[in-house]
Amino acid sequence: MKNSLKELVVVSGKGGTGKTSLTASLIHCFDNKVIADCDVDAADLHLVLNLHDTVSEEFSGGNEAIIDPKICNLCGLCAEKCRFDAISLVDNQYVVSDCEGCRVCVDICPEKAIAWEVAIHGKLKYSQSDEGDVFHARLDPGAENSGKLVAAVREKARKRAESLGAEWIFVDGPPGIGCPAIAALTGADAALLVTEPTPSGLHDLERVLDLCKHFRLPAYIVINKFDLNKEMTFKIREIGIRRGTPVLACLPYSSLFTDAQLQGKSLAQAFPESEEMVIIKNLAQKLTQKIKN
Amino acid sequence: MKTIAIASGKGGTGKTSLSVALLQAHQGDIRLLDCDVEEPNCHLFLDPQKVNEFGAELLIPKIDTKKCRLCGDCVEACQFNALALAGNQIILFQELCHGCGACTLACPHDAIEEIPTNIGQIVQARTESGVEVVKGTLKVGHASAPTVIAAVKNTTPLQKVKYQIIDAPAGTSCSFAEAVKGADFVILVTEPTPFGLNDLDLAIEALHKMKLPFGVVINRVREKENLITEYCAKNNYRVLLEIPESRKVAEYYSQGKSLIDAKPELEEALKKLLDDL
Amino acid sequence: MHITLIISYILRMHKTNIQKIAFSAQGKDVKSLLDPRFGRCSGFVLVDLTTMESQWIPNEQNLRAAQGAGIQTAQNIIAAGAQALISGHCGLKAFQVLEAANIPIFLSETLPIQQIVSLFKADKLTRLSSPDVEGHWA
Repeated sequence: MKNSLKELVVVSGKGGTGKTSLTASLIHCFDNKVIADCDVDAADLHLVLNLHDTVSEEFSGGNEAIIDPKICNLCGLCAEKCRFDAISLVDNQYVVSDCEGCRVCVDICPEKAIAWEVAIHGKLKYSQSDEGDVFHARLDPGAENSGKLVAAVREKARKRAESLGAEWIFVDGPPGIGCPAIAALTGADAALLVTEPTPSGLHDLERVLDLCKHFRLPAYIVINKFDLNKEMTFKIREIGIRRGTPVLACLPYSSLFTDAQLQGKSLAQAFPESEEMVIIKNLAQKLTQKIKN
Repeated sequence: MKTIAIASGKGGTGKTSLSVALLQAHQGDIRLLDCDVEEPNCHLFLDPQKVNEFGAELLIPKIDTKKCRLCGDCVEACQFNALALAGNQIILFQELCHGCGACTLACPHDAIEEIPTNIGQIVQARTESGVEVVKGTLKVGHASAPTVIAAVKNTTPLQKVKYQIIDAPAGTSCSFAEAVKGADFVILVTEPTPFGLNDLDLAIEALHKMKLPFGVVINRVREKENLITEYCAKNNYRVLLEIPESRKVAEYYSQGKSLIDAKPELEEALKKLLDDL
Repeated sequence: MHITLIISYILRMHKTNIQKIAFSAQGKDVKSLLDPRFGRCSGFVLVDLTTMESQWIPNEQNLRAAQGAGIQTAQNIIAAGAQALISGHCGLKAFQVLEAANIPIFLSETLPIQQIVSLFKADKLTRLSSPDVEGHWA
């Protein structure tokens, strides 16, 4: 059979639960790995991993319509038929902005004045770091199709991991439960859900758990800032037991993650002897046991 | 009525907290539009009572099998793979449809009719203190979040108010753009960390592109001079408010209580925040 | 008990009619390994069970599709004349397209295609009765 490459995706539903900070320190506990930052809307992992030798390529999520003003005779049919109000008359010329990519205008233009060209929606990047090879990306503002970019980043990371014979791929996943989150979870080996004991943390955790169940993906929970509300922490533990997704670690409300971040480092690098790091090492051991068996 | 969007490049910076606190500070003068249609969370903190409910609609094709000749022109025209030719039938994947109408235009046999179809739910509600809250929820798996966001923004206010607040989805994707589009002002919420700065920078780039005026609220401030104040001073961006780091605020939030409950002294500043824009 | 017997009989009947099978593949011939992915695999090896001749159907255009890669891939397989599909997973939407075209899906481990053909003939593969992963970008 093939090597025992395992892919762990860290997700959270709600943003700001400390997902990226935890991921940056967790990966420090593993060798022989490739890292993928799939939070393509707001990629932050690079800020604490000391990346270098970055190579980037353009990413296209599809095509877009472009009107040639030399051919256009201003009949206005395209603007009338576009259901996304993406075509407007500016300075006596029809222009497309925020194209949805439906191609209706290209096909109906009587003058054939509208071209159908590959649109650039962002950048895919590959860097070296102290923790290993890192794949990351940057979606252009206002662009769609972040799900596809997430899939592309994971694909690159997988190819690299296979050629290196790596044991692990760690994916820092996007927030939410929409298309990008789905794209980050499909076909992975396990999910680590980072949550916090707050009403929205709990609400979104349940939604992410539904998603993992739907994919039949083994999931494990980490509660960050567990001491903010011990009653709710208890509730999350109960949910974990009931749904067969155990809570593997609880981290306290701590300023160390922010302190490390301000130094441009992960907690693992800035405070290797801290109590928080002991908890994270313990978590890494548990994950290895659960996922490798 | 002034429309003010509350946004942030990354999640968890306190966007919803700020929206809820502004609502509390401007009671009677304000309504809230929760445009985070994939994760609407405002209602968790406000517990409003439903007044109105309706669907957000998209025109979705229906194929008349008597007229259809299985030529596949509609399948070819659809750029979103929402239609598929499978043996002796055309299958529609409603959740992938963007409602563009390309299939109807392409059909040579006039076999396609477009039907307004529900892809999300809009609820207009009122809190105990009479503040209107509109929530939009996209059906899970559907591609057209912007359609539901537009429907939320299109609701008629239950009563006349001075301000409407838009709670925008985090990030800078198409949903964010749809939510902040047309706003009179955008408040960006961030925190004084490298992550916060990076995400703020991305959000500002998007707002520049859309030519929208904005200001910055810094949450969880530990030191008066920090990397966000520095960045804003350098680029000449307005800092509207600084909210100090406080374990009490975090604890109150975890109990579903608001920023003003934890720090009543902020109420004045939150009032001024909107009135001074 | 009775019903299960009838169903398995019908399934076997159906199977005996199968001549051409599409395999999601990592390479271009029957010696290559199965690709466990469906919509995002690089291509398919179409095997004729009687002659054991094989044909390569690239899946490249789908790698650039904006959405619904699995749906497009499923249609390609139908157009190529496959009567069954063998892959590692199959998402909801592709499953629906293939089911509508009466093309059964069988699951297999990542093995050389030759070997999977023998397993198929020996009736050792599981037929997928419902999709096992969400479509999207798998």
